[in-house]
Amino acid sequence: MRATLYKNARLLDPASGLDARGALLVRDGKIAEVGPQVFVDAIQADVEVVDCNGRCLAPGLVDMRVQVREPGDEHMETLASAQKAAAAGGVTTFATLPNTNPIIDDVSLLEFVERRAMEVGIANVHPYAAATKGLRGEEMTEFGMLAESGAVAFTDGEKAIADALVMRRALSYASIFKRTIVQHPEDPALAREGSANEGETATRLGLAGIPAVAEVMMVERDLRLVELTGGRYHAAHLSTGAAVDAIRQAKKRGLPVTCDTAPPYFALNEGAVVDYRTFARLSPPLRSEQDRLAVIAGLADGTIDAIASDHAPHDQDSKRVPFAQAEPGGVGLETLLAVSLDLVHTEAMELIDLLHRLTVAPARILGLPYGTLAVGGDADMVIFDLNRAGKVDPDRFASKSRNTPFDGRPIEGRVWRTVYRGTTVYDVDTEPPLPSRRRAFVDA
Amino acid sequence: MTDALSQLAQPASDDDGRAYPHRHLLGIEGLTRPDIDLLLDRSERFVAQNRQLDKKVSSLRGRTVINLFFENSTRTRTSFELAGKRLGGDVINMSVGTSSIKKGESLIDTAMTLNAMHPDALVVRHSESGAVHLLAEKVNCSVINAGDGSHEHPTQALLDALTIRRRKGRLEGLEVAICGDVAHSRVARSNIHLLSIMGARVRLVAPPTLLPSGIERMGVEVHHDMERGIAGCDIVMMLRLQTERMKGSFVPSVREYFRYFGLDVDKLQAAKPDALIMHPGPMNRGVEIDSLVADDIDRSLIREQVEMGVAVRMAILDILVSNQTEPWAKNQ
Repeated sequence: MRATLYKNARLLDPASGLDARGALLVRDGKIAEVGPQVFVDAIQADVEVVDCNGRCLAPGLVDMRVQVREPGDEHMETLASAQKAAAAGGVTTFATLPNTNPIIDDVSLLEFVERRAMEVGIANVHPYAAATKGLRGEEMTEFGMLAESGAVAFTDGEKAIADALVMRRALSYASIFKRTIVQHPEDPALAREGSANEGETATRLGLAGIPAVAEVMMVERDLRLVELTGGRYHAAHLSTGAAVDAIRQAKKRGLPVTCDTAPPYFALNEGAVVDYRTFARLSPPLRSEQDRLAVIAGLADGTIDAIASDHAPHDQDSKRVPFAQAEPGGVGLETLLAVSLDLVHTEAMELIDLLHRLTVAPARILGLPYGTLAVGGDADMVIFDLNRAGKVDPDRFASKSRNTPFDGRPIEGRVWRTVYRGTTVYDVDTEPPLPSRRRAFVDA
Repeated sequence: MTDALSQLAQPASDDDGRAYPHRHLLGIEGLTRPDIDLLLDRSERFVAQNRQLDKKVSSLRGRTVINLFFENSTRTRTSFELAGKRLGGDVINMSVGTSSIKKGESLIDTAMTLNAMHPDALVVRHSESGAVHLLAEKVNCSVINAGDGSHEHPTQALLDALTIRRRKGRLEGLEVAICGDVAHSRVARSNIHLLSIMGARVRLVAPPTLLPSGIERMGVEVHHDMERGIAGCDIVMMLRLQTERMKGSFVPSVREYFRYFGLDVDKLQAAKPDALIMHPGPMNRGVEIDSLVADDIDRSLIREQVEMGVAVRMAILDILVSNQTEPWAKNQ
């Protein structure tokens, strides 16, 4: 395999703290050299040189929360289309939730997902396995055998593991296989019937509310169980200031807990649901402005370890219905980086810290060796324009679904190239190497 | 689709040049005081007309109104049907209920199907908040919200306002207590909006389990004690409590609810001596209201509300349909 030199780049490696102009040499799909000074053997003619023109070069993003609809609802998203969407979004590694049809709660189904993902092979795809059989929240799945087959962690996806005893045992038992339990932290009784954040907005719209305490109650209960069991726990897509604070306190006490949030929870608030915009119906629901600001504060001070896209593809039929009947969730792979960069442009976070939450942090939570520019590692990279302005255009998504809450949003920052194991899998400027790939953003 | 305002080349006349600048009536929220005054003034004319032997005019001649009810209703549907017919329009009733849901047809498919028949107005009731908004985005005709989920029921608020205005001569400055299941009530929300816009003061009286979160931020005063809540008020507006909510989920029992929140002669003494009683119907006698109060001909406006309902619905149909100057098909 010939070598490629990416020169003239702003190298950003959050794992090492590197933020400097320099170059990166890829050989045989691996990172061979990286730094301000990279010497390429002049005799070695077989080096392709890519001039990054000062663009940012970072590890490929690691997205720890992606719903794919294969098996079951392939018209919404397949493992192939999700990988294309990932490539367009600068994501080179993602973890898939088990809430497909059938549910991924068995070794053979897990292996099906892995095999189908490999057939495309333009991103690392690591499936979660269901924590309980059928996501019913009652009996544990075969954690050991599933972990051996590649289950990256255990979760009931969009459903909370509500029964305290089941959660206790799951945390205890998963620890012998060094796997994390990923929770959707929402008390199901308090959230029942609700479709929007409880408060004035929902009341005006006549929608039943989901109170913010539904989240922190579940987090606080789980933290007690973590203390009891010593199991590894991750709270997914935090949306409220109270839950962020609960995690902050738990970390101070030294508990083995981590958490993530998703772009809607720091870029939007409950105001997005007025006019009954079903694309803004998410789970958890978009919260108040104070919660949004608290989520940003949690990201800035490191309480929130990771940002995940919370990619949830849905077809038109699932969204063109009255608000409360609409399926919750929005696609996010292709907007993950651009919307997250808002935090840098608004000076809430440094770029290197933001990239930490998008790369090495989620990789470490899942125990995966990705998300760095370390020499010898896979050459998974995203090269992006930090300041290129545009707006989100769902018609250009590579994803099979269009349900983004960021439809039409002006954004600043765009993926220029995505490189997976040394191969360019997305290039904004040239004919895409895969059919039907389109750009997710149009120029402003 | 052309803009709603462009449909107003020739606004409805004989209202001193006033025009209703909306294509639909989806809710009270968003209307202005002049909009509401216009609707109420027009309604007055129909009150008189409805008391005549010949109740029919021809302002909707050649026009089609479809009553599209996804939720059971006798009163509201009948009221709209009468309103359309008395204006000389052709009125079709479609009680979709469960039948087409069973067939798998979506709300939007149903709307598109009816839209293709070129109705001039669709009157829609649906059990989901926002369903009528969704439908209005997909059709070319005027849409009137006849109640969507817990969101709004604008014609009920208008008929309540007309009833009050005729009895009290005004809305401004009145003290109105709305009592009961506010949480699930579209009537309450529409009335809160309308009465606030018109300068009345609104108090809500209910147990906390039947009050939605953040309601106090809609400019109302909240009470959990009924006598304190209705003290000195001009109007006591009772809300219906759905049977399924009486048995332990929101309140422990019917008798306990009636004891603390049911309107009877004793509690009514806290209100002004000339306070009037309203109820959107259908009433649960002995649950939220005692028969002695409900049937008090001097104080109960309940039957008058029903009468005003027809007039208000005639007014809104008349105004919306006469705002349409071009066949909708041309605008597609």
